[in-house]
Amino acid sequence: MATVAAVIASTHHPFYYRASTSRGADRPPFADEWVAKIESFRETLTRARPDILVMVGSDHFHQLWLDNMPQFLIGKAPFYDANFYNEEREFGLPRLLLRGHEELSAHLLRAGLDTGFDLAFSNELRVDHSITCPIITLRPEADLPIVPVYTNIFAPPLPRPARFVQLGQAIRAMIEAWPSDRRVAVIGTGHLSLELGGPRQFGPHGPDPEFDRKAVEWIATGDIAGALAEVSLDSLWAPGNATHGFMDFLLMMGVAGAGVRADYTDSLDLFHTMEAYFTWYPAGTDTP
Amino acid sequence: MSKYLINKFLYTIDRDPELVERYRADPAGTVSWWEAEVAGRILNCPDPERSTWPELTDAERQALRAHDYVALLELGAHNFLVLTLFIALFERDYTEPLAFQREFAARLSHWTLPYPDIAT
Repeated sequence: MATVAAVIASTHHPFYYRASTSRGADRPPFADEWVAKIESFRETLTRARPDILVMVGSDHFHQLWLDNMPQFLIGKAPFYDANFYNEEREFGLPRLLLRGHEELSAHLLRAGLDTGFDLAFSNELRVDHSITCPIITLRPEADLPIVPVYTNIFAPPLPRPARFVQLGQAIRAMIEAWPSDRRVAVIGTGHLSLELGGPRQFGPHGPDPEFDRKAVEWIATGDIAGALAEVSLDSLWAPGNATHGFMDFLLMMGVAGAGVRADYTDSLDLFHTMEAYFTWYPAGTDTP
Repeated sequence: MSKYLINKFLYTIDRDPELVERYRADPAGTVSWWEAEVAGRILNCPDPERSTWPELTDAERQALRAHDYVALLELGAHNFLVLTLFIALFERDYTEPLAFQREFAARLSHWTLPYPDIAT
């Protein structure tokens, strides 16, 4: 059966690419520290020696639109073009082409349907920065095949937080039931407290540092019960109007397992939002 | 309420560089053209298979014609769509990094929770 070689949960900050590649006067003062943290985080994926990346993210009204909006969708395609004009325009993100892994996509879709998740699918999916940001930070070679998993954290009505946890638990079980000798890393990105298009946007730090502190603790300790006791679709508006992206962290906590402490935890307080990085090794790691 | 249709306007303009410039230069003309040509277009259907019913309210039309992002948000437009398009339209007019985004925030400083409902 396949091995879940690493579970990685991260914020996705679309400004990282520009900050990390800018030089001279254009280089922001926090760039060097940010790059050092990302390079350390990247090593946690490298040491897991993955063959395939399952990438959990959320389309930001790029390909998915309100006339036909899936709650959870898995890509099943041989390739995924990536990034859109408005992401080049606003963030300077490059266009990418990622390989797919149709066999694992097909397995997840079939197993999901058979175990209570009526997952939508796409055979021609252009992925956006929720998936390319972690490629850029964690695997800039972009050399591994991916399986994109999109969640709706964006266009109400949304699935409830517990459903994200359940999907994460199901993804873990489905990968471990896949008859394959491949090593699969599951990488998901979301947000801590975040405001976009509201009065608290683009402040000196995230809009709710207290929520961020609690969220980092929940994630780092695998405290699913603690998180679900405090977080609801209604409550997530309070830390910032884009904080429903935290539910992708809840999904990743489901993948990692209840009560399982992260093997690697780091964070960085930036303008606008807090960055946070977590890695678990469910199968252990054979390098120090 | 046709929040969906405001969002459709923002979405279809934001993804097309020529339409971003056209909306910046001629908001009233762009809104009129869009209502006639695009409002009924189902994005994954051939043009003849159009919706016959979508129509902006007067308040929505006026907010779009006036580039009035505060009004659009207060009508329930999606915060991400509004922010992204208006950064594309107006960030270039500000010299300091993030100055437009911070002015945008300041113009919403009268808001308290709950914010306008964005559900469609």
